[in-house]
Amino acid sequence: MPVFFENREIVTPGDLLAEGGFEAGRNTYRIDSKIYACKLGLVEYKGRTVNVVALNTFYVPSVGDLVIGKIVEINLHGWTVDINSPYFATLRASEAFNKPYKPQKDELSEFLNIGDIIQAKVIAYDRTRNPLLTIREPGLGKITHGKIVKVSPAKIPRIIGRKGSMISILKKETHCNITVGQNGLIHIHGRNSEDERIAVLAIKKIELEAHTSGLTDRVTEMISKERGSGK
Amino acid sequence: MSKKIKLVDENGVRTDGRKPDELRPIKLEVGILSNADGSAYIEQGKNKILAAVYGPREVHPRHLALPDRALLRCRYHMAPFSVQERKSPAPSRREIELSKVIREALEPAIFLERFPRTSIDLFIEVLQADGGTRAAGVTVASLALADAGMPMRDLVVACAAGKADGYIILDLNDIEDKEGTADVPVAYMPSLDAVALLQMDGQLTPEEFEQAFNLALEGCKRIYELQKQALKAKYLAIKEAVEEVVEEK
Repeated sequence: MPVFFENREIVTPGDLLAEGGFEAGRNTYRIDSKIYACKLGLVEYKGRTVNVVALNTFYVPSVGDLVIGKIVEINLHGWTVDINSPYFATLRASEAFNKPYKPQKDELSEFLNIGDIIQAKVIAYDRTRNPLLTIREPGLGKITHGKIVKVSPAKIPRIIGRKGSMISILKKETHCNITVGQNGLIHIHGRNSEDERIAVLAIKKIELEAHTSGLTDRVTEMISKERGSGK
Repeated sequence: MSKKIKLVDENGVRTDGRKPDELRPIKLEVGILSNADGSAYIEQGKNKILAAVYGPREVHPRHLALPDRALLRCRYHMAPFSVQERKSPAPSRREIELSKVIREALEPAIFLERFPRTSIDLFIEVLQADGGTRAAGVTVASLALADAGMPMRDLVVACAAGKADGYIILDLNDIEDKEGTADVPVAYMPSLDAVALLQMDGQLTPEEFEQAFNLALEGCKRIYELQKQALKAKYLAIKEAVEEVVEEK
């Protein structure tokens, strides 16, 4: 069962990763007993499965994900939301109001208008229909303060870190509330714009250097440096 | 026709000083346009070509969407200043044909069935043309697709071979393409050993054709290595820069 790369080596689409009794994991595919990469990324051999951690992807919705999106259209019974994925999402009026929705009485644009940014959760998705969202849960709904940063959805796991280590350091060091949408949009809400500016810089740095090691230390260092120069 | 130009001299040296089986110098760069989801740039001899990818995204107009797979749309376009005489910017018959040919060369490489009802829009802009732009176009386009994070079976790489002055030559330039006897562009997926595009213009005997075809495949394999390097270079540069800073401390 030969393996053709080292762990965490960069591979490109079409690279032969392994042969023999392996299983094709994320971002790989199999022809007979050969496993090939199908994306540019870092290869990971975990036991018998071969994964590729992609360096760039787009967001594919998945049920239960927290996402941040923008209202792009108001329909008769709800809104169309751009969630930075190949498919627009639908937010039904019944998933937004706490009372039964009456099209004759309730005006949707008064509740959420085109251009509004919302935090929502994916409640249903298969590829045959557009994903459905809900905002009927605590913490979800319209975003009125703070900043939104867009990163590649592939870098989201790195920004969160192992068991949330990176994101908790970010929150502590920048004194900001940071909400990470799985679709690559991040909401930052701090006490002042200086805190928010530093948080944006830190996130951009993580995005750029996501595939390197020792990143946590460099990020904390950068934040303290920025704080020093700002004063 | 006027007096024939000597394309390969008695020492087997071509008009630009290359040997018959030599490629033009190639420079590849990935991720150079920030507004596109993926992008790439190639310089192959005097060719300069940009490629940009958007998607997968919602299809406009809606009725073009396919229920079982993504729609790949490709536009090959030559800038008005890309050739000696100004070229009208409107798509010509040739450009429409090349758009189709390039699209069909790339389609088998992409997992289109994973994104039904969406479109992937690919733009290939020739800034400067010097023969073999369809091959170079396929080569950059597949890099731009990989940069966008598109799931692909393999990178597609293309290269032409042909015949001039009795020699079978690799990677024809403009004058060899126009004055030579034959031109065989080939697009190839090296890891899968599959041909994605094969055309021929001119006249070759079956033996010569096979020779030219194998030479083109050889060229493809060489360019494939450059493609892989270019994709990795974007990330390795950052990694090295970071590690240097760490070492200095």
